[in-house]
Amino acid sequence: MKIELRNIHKFFGPVHANNNITLSIPSGSIQGLLGENGAGKSTLMKILSGYLRPDRGEILLDGKPLVLNSPADAIRAGIGMLHQDPLDFPPMKVLDNFMMGYPRGLGLPKREAREALLSLAEQFGFSLDPDAYVDTLTIGERQQLEILRLLWLGAKILIFDEPTTGISAQQKEKLFAALRRLASEGKTIIFVTHKLEEVEVLCDRVAVLRAGKLVGEAYPPYNLDDLVRMMFGKVISKGKRIEIPLGKPVLQVKDLAVEDYRLRIEGVNLEVREGEVIGLAGMEGSGQRHLLRACAGLIRPVGGEIWVDGENMTGKTYHSFLRKGVAYLPADRMKEGLVPGLTLSEHFALAQEQTGFVIDRAAVLKRTEEHIKRFNIRGRPDSTVESLSGGNQQRALLALLRPNLRLILMEHPTRGLDMESAIWVWNTLKERCRQRTAIFFMSSDLEEILHYSDRILVFFGGRVSEPLDARTTTVEQLGQLIGGRGFESQPEAAREVAK
Amino acid sequence: MSKQLERWGFVLLATLVALIFTSFVLVLAGASPVAAYWYILKGSLGSWTKISDVMVAWVPLLLATAGLLVTFAAGQWNIGVEGQIVLGAIFTTWVMRSLQHTNTPAAIVLILAFIAGAFGGAIWSAFAGILKVYGGVNEIFGGLGLDFVAVALILWLIFGPWKRPGIGSMSGTEPFPHRLWLPTIHGTRLSLWALAIGLVSIGVVYFLLTGTYFGLKLKAVGRNPKAAYLMGIPTTKYLMGAFIISGIFAGLAGAVQVTAVYHRLIPAISSGYGWLGLMVSMLINFQAAWAAPVTFFFAALNIGSIQLPIMLKLDSSLSGVLQGALVLSFLLLEGARRRWVKRREEAKNE
Repeated sequence: MKIELRNIHKFFGPVHANNNITLSIPSGSIQGLLGENGAGKSTLMKILSGYLRPDRGEILLDGKPLVLNSPADAIRAGIGMLHQDPLDFPPMKVLDNFMMGYPRGLGLPKREAREALLSLAEQFGFSLDPDAYVDTLTIGERQQLEILRLLWLGAKILIFDEPTTGISAQQKEKLFAALRRLASEGKTIIFVTHKLEEVEVLCDRVAVLRAGKLVGEAYPPYNLDDLVRMMFGKVISKGKRIEIPLGKPVLQVKDLAVEDYRLRIEGVNLEVREGEVIGLAGMEGSGQRHLLRACAGLIRPVGGEIWVDGENMTGKTYHSFLRKGVAYLPADRMKEGLVPGLTLSEHFALAQEQTGFVIDRAAVLKRTEEHIKRFNIRGRPDSTVESLSGGNQQRALLALLRPNLRLILMEHPTRGLDMESAIWVWNTLKERCRQRTAIFFMSSDLEEILHYSDRILVFFGGRVSEPLDARTTTVEQLGQLIGGRGFESQPEAAREVAK
Repeated sequence: MSKQLERWGFVLLATLVALIFTSFVLVLAGASPVAAYWYILKGSLGSWTKISDVMVAWVPLLLATAGLLVTFAAGQWNIGVEGQIVLGAIFTTWVMRSLQHTNTPAAIVLILAFIAGAFGGAIWSAFAGILKVYGGVNEIFGGLGLDFVAVALILWLIFGPWKRPGIGSMSGTEPFPHRLWLPTIHGTRLSLWALAIGLVSIGVVYFLLTGTYFGLKLKAVGRNPKAAYLMGIPTTKYLMGAFIISGIFAGLAGAVQVTAVYHRLIPAISSGYGWLGLMVSMLINFQAAWAAPVTFFFAALNIGSIQLPIMLKLDSSLSGVLQGALVLSFLLLEGARRRWVKRREEAKNE
């Protein structure tokens, strides 16, 4: 089906999130939608999927005007959207999720649904167990489930909002293959992203949004420099590697073993020095998070030792690690990092070293204003954190870190940030390294790992590679290791003490 | 139009909705709403004695609400507040009974009795806290269970070990000697000491929640325990702390009921002030600044409605209907107001 968006406007308070957007998408194509954070991509797609209503403008489907009052309307019209975070029901089974939103009658057609699920999954080469619980699935598998569900509901237009965030390289390949297939069957695919390489390999055409406006459209072969210029208004690059001299050891991990019910990592040996950055690469769920959490005292190791600044911290609580200057930055900012409902200045009051019993409001306000300025946070001291955009929440989290930390442990420090913000985040982090803080982070962005780390550990199914020198490693080598190649030949490598 | 004015407009509207609903109930019961409201007003504020009676009811309600605001700040529904009032009363009675026939000065006995009351409320609340924090039992279920246990305990004491000479009865234990009654203003049942405890308590809670690190951390724990933990706040300690503090205030409410109002232990010693405190907390959207006036209003409704059976042959539980209707209409209209404000802002942008 052919979609036309005509003169779409959407306001959020004073923000003009979509400004007069006109776009037409032919059927059977993969339409890329490119833009940095806050460019208005998600807003536009939420309008198209019935989640938001445009303040002005109209949507035409095969030339006929379409009024969408809810996502259910959109589904009826054949428009389905996969949201950035899977909107499914983790405590329920795959089959139950699959039938969710089934529009007809009271009874559930269980057998019919099971057959449909299995046959659809087979067509796309997905392996989904109808009786598994969704909370045991990876993000990638949950996405696959959602695609099948929408297809079963009769979606002919599928919108993907940043679908490659948080999924593995292989799952990404599978996803792209599925998208190409859907397009060849005449379905219309809209692919929202801020990653240029994805546009390059996947999209038949691309529209670029900047600050709420449609700034241009492009067709393959793409000129990446042009796309970057359209996205940011200027060309930016990550810049040169920043080299920082290393100091004495901060963290020592000795023959560490960590496990949970599905994964065990063992034999990890590592020494991290002042000013050093260690990147953890691997598919999501390969054990990186376990190692990070163990080094923060959030999980108790089942074997081995963790030393911080020459003190054995094995088995101590996170709060003891915190007192030693170890801080942990979770990936999920609103779930684990910030407190919804509290303002920025209340966060700064909480984060600083407590002096006395009564809050000195004036001092806190002054500190908050300083940090807002220094960290370029778009918000006021009395803004609640949930009213900030994702990038500004991340800036706030970084601003909240205490001074003079010894070690910062981070999950996906720049996930969901546009390039400019990501570069800014790393500049602040490198500034900390210069003040002899060590950084230990995991990321699914290989470029980020290669560019900012000194050394890299690769995780594969609970196994940990020997530390690699980031200067001499290439993306290809790293990609192969993440895919498990190279692990067979050096099973004992991880046991060697890395210096 | 100023936002302040608009807010007050909504308060007025919500009150009107509650009044209309209650009037409807009154008409169904065959009574004149105007007469009923008039008698409630006259029965609560009609004379100095009546006002002092309202204050007598105000103090325990204020104390229960003060405690509840602390647990609400920590995101906990302390339904066990009724049981905590009961345990406060039991502990107070226990100290009073143990010391009433000794030579201990009355002031010392009363001080000890209040401390014991606070302690009793605190441990009962701590049980709910332990169940929640260490046992994973939702505080609503734990608190409700403990409420039942508390009621069983007080009945057993009144009809068992502490029964009056001869036979136990619903009228409670043997009254304490007159010298152990908390002194009241001459000619009224109001004790200035009790009033002071109530007002100081709400003041302390207000200060705790709005001006201190303790209160701020409590709010952080209540709204996002995971993030609070990562920020270095010992979440279990703060949760337990909230329960214990809340229990202290509930226990004090029980102590006031025993020492200043009934001068003995009666089965209905909590008089439902715990439930009423929960309603008030919701009505004031958990803002301590509003606790004093709203609890006073609720106490006035309670006292004023005592006139209804006498004058109109209506049940005095009508005050409960009005209070419940108020809370619900406020919550309803507040939700409506938010939608309205949002829609208007969207419309303005078009």
